[in-house]
Amino acid sequence: MERNETMPSTSTHTVSLLVENKPGVLHRIAGLFSRRGYNIASLTVGPTERPEYSRMTIVVLLSSKTVDQVVRQVQKLVPVVEVRELSPVDLIERELMLVKIRTPEKNHAELRALAETYEAKIVDVSPDALVIEASGNSGKLDALEDRLAGYGIQEICRSGRIALERGFKTLAPPHLK
Amino acid sequence: MAKEKTTGAKAVVKALEAEGVDWVFGVPGGAILPIYDALFDSTKVKHVLVRHEQTGAHAAEGYAHATGKVGVCFGTSGPGATNLVTGIADAYMDSVPMVAITGNVSSALIGSDAFQEADITGITMPITKHNWLVTDVKDLPRILKEAFYIARTGRPGPVLVDIPKDVQNAELEFEYPETVNIPGYHPPVREEPRLKDAAALIRASSRPVIYLGGGVRTSSAYAEVEAFVELVGAPVVTTVHGKGALPETHPQCLGMFGMHGAKFANYTVQDSDLIIALGARFDDRVTGKLSTFAPEAKIVHLDVDPAEISKLVTATVPLVGDLKLLLPQLTEETRKAFAASGRAEIAPWVKKVADWREKHPLRYTPQGEDHIMPQYVIEQIWKKTQGKALVTTGVGEHQMFAAQYWKTTQPRQFITSGGLGTMGFCLPAAIGVQLGKPDALVIGIDGDGSFQMTLQDLATAVDLKLNIKIFILNNLFLGMVRQWQELFYDNRFSETPLSDLPDLVKLADAYSCLGLRARKPSELDAVLDQALAHQGGPVIVDIRTRRQEKVFPMVPAGAPLNDMIDGE
Repeated sequence: MERNETMPSTSTHTVSLLVENKPGVLHRIAGLFSRRGYNIASLTVGPTERPEYSRMTIVVLLSSKTVDQVVRQVQKLVPVVEVRELSPVDLIERELMLVKIRTPEKNHAELRALAETYEAKIVDVSPDALVIEASGNSGKLDALEDRLAGYGIQEICRSGRIALERGFKTLAPPHLK
Repeated sequence: MAKEKTTGAKAVVKALEAEGVDWVFGVPGGAILPIYDALFDSTKVKHVLVRHEQTGAHAAEGYAHATGKVGVCFGTSGPGATNLVTGIADAYMDSVPMVAITGNVSSALIGSDAFQEADITGITMPITKHNWLVTDVKDLPRILKEAFYIARTGRPGPVLVDIPKDVQNAELEFEYPETVNIPGYHPPVREEPRLKDAAALIRASSRPVIYLGGGVRTSSAYAEVEAFVELVGAPVVTTVHGKGALPETHPQCLGMFGMHGAKFANYTVQDSDLIIALGARFDDRVTGKLSTFAPEAKIVHLDVDPAEISKLVTATVPLVGDLKLLLPQLTEETRKAFAASGRAEIAPWVKKVADWREKHPLRYTPQGEDHIMPQYVIEQIWKKTQGKALVTTGVGEHQMFAAQYWKTTQPRQFITSGGLGTMGFCLPAAIGVQLGKPDALVIGIDGDGSFQMTLQDLATAVDLKLNIKIFILNNLFLGMVRQWQELFYDNRFSETPLSDLPDLVKLADAYSCLGLRARKPSELDAVLDQALAHQGGPVIVDIRTRRQEKVFPMVPAGAPLNDMIDGE
């Protein structure tokens, strides 16, 4: 018989939420996560196909045991219309990253080639700095970040993960389909 | 309902009338003046002027506990609202339906650190089922409808509606909606109930125990519980809020288990092979150390809140839904399973439990003619009222003595602060209970420390001529803390002795109510009789109990449930 006193090892889970687009909703959700000790790795929020709803994608560091508990607790919040953990198998996940690199002009060609390998773009160039824009899954961005480290990264801004599931499945509950 | 032109403040009163609210508890103030002005004209909604908003919230809880209806309290902005917070948190922990309505500074001032401004929706977010800051008066009827609906449905709880003063004064076309449509609020059910699986476990169990929580009261599923209990024939244990879910005089009922449960109740749970939890949440005060809790037990967990399933103890078979609807189905399914394939023998188990009960009863040792034993006081009050009084308690040793020795025979009879453990709950709750049940005999069992946290509202009880009887088990200590200091902190009584103040008899006199005192066992009988016979207002009884008496048995925090200190 399992008693949930000791936490099994943690892993990353992508939880997708459809929420009412009302003031204070982010506060309610973030507050629930902090109050119950759920560790947020990233959180994004943006508009959806319906103006009255927003979609949040929250990446949490948890055991699989507690992710069910997170989903059930989040579901209790009144402005949360639907919430589900997205299956890692069917996940399409993307993240956007901007990296500012301070480097002499002689390195720019090399960086351009590197960016190309990662399907990234150079979106700003000045004599001793440039800004690279990259998108993709988090692993790819991590790899690019590692490669760029040697060139003198000044600033990084990452958007956090957005995600949808493959196929026809959607998050909306039946009465909204 | 036809539309009519009115103000936000009047709309609040109309909504309360439409919801059938008869009592509201609160204190007026600047930011809620328009609502109080509108209330002045209502013939249906009566208001109780409490002396502190915390009392208003607890009285609303007491009212809700006793009647099953939604309790309502008011507070003004800033401190009025923050004074409600303890009561709201208490209601949240104990799933009590409550609507708190607060005034706030005018919309234009919100966010400017105005006089008596507090972000009460922000403050109460983690302790309400939901809350609203009303920004447009046109939303007010819908929000109030939703507030009452959310407070009382699913797993009940408190909600708060914060209304800026300009919104109270603004005009609207009032029409109270008949239905609600909240896209994100659908009290369960998401899972198909696995009734057959549950019935199979019950059929196969040779050491079952039924564990009743506050959810039985919430769904008023008393008859359903009794039918199930009698079919299964298993011993029954309860939480403090499960008291009365099955009469404690029922032969199968072992009473409360957990930190201060009877030994026989804890042994039964710990040794069971199946726990059938009905409307309960495996709180740390009942499970003891989780990793050693009922090691051989499978778990059937029926609860209306899916988030309680497998939160602390993994359910072998979860059943999500309202007890009142789901339990009869489980009973039927179990009956079928018994008929189709028989069941495991439980007679040896029932015998074993009976033996534990005989060998390890709840007991205390009288200490001669100079000491009134607190347990004896509870027993005597029970006898003198034939166990029929409605009881409220504060929080502390007196509460646990009452939980152990008050044999609850009716639903909604034992009203206490369980989850939050709020000292000062007794008197305010008693006020709410008596107003909700005007013909009932309402008694409070309080402690001297607990009583002093809300005693200012004696004035409220006197104003209303409520015949509530507050018995203060006075040991001149913060007794429960003192008990822990004696047992776990080497008798270092840091800040727990209380001076013999105030003189409770003189205090009663100052509030124009009856005050009585018993210092010795020989004085007790007459004092209790006089208190119980008293009419025309409240009575305060100062009962000097044995100072160092402790609540036993006790499972130390973090210890296994069957590892009890018994003081002998």
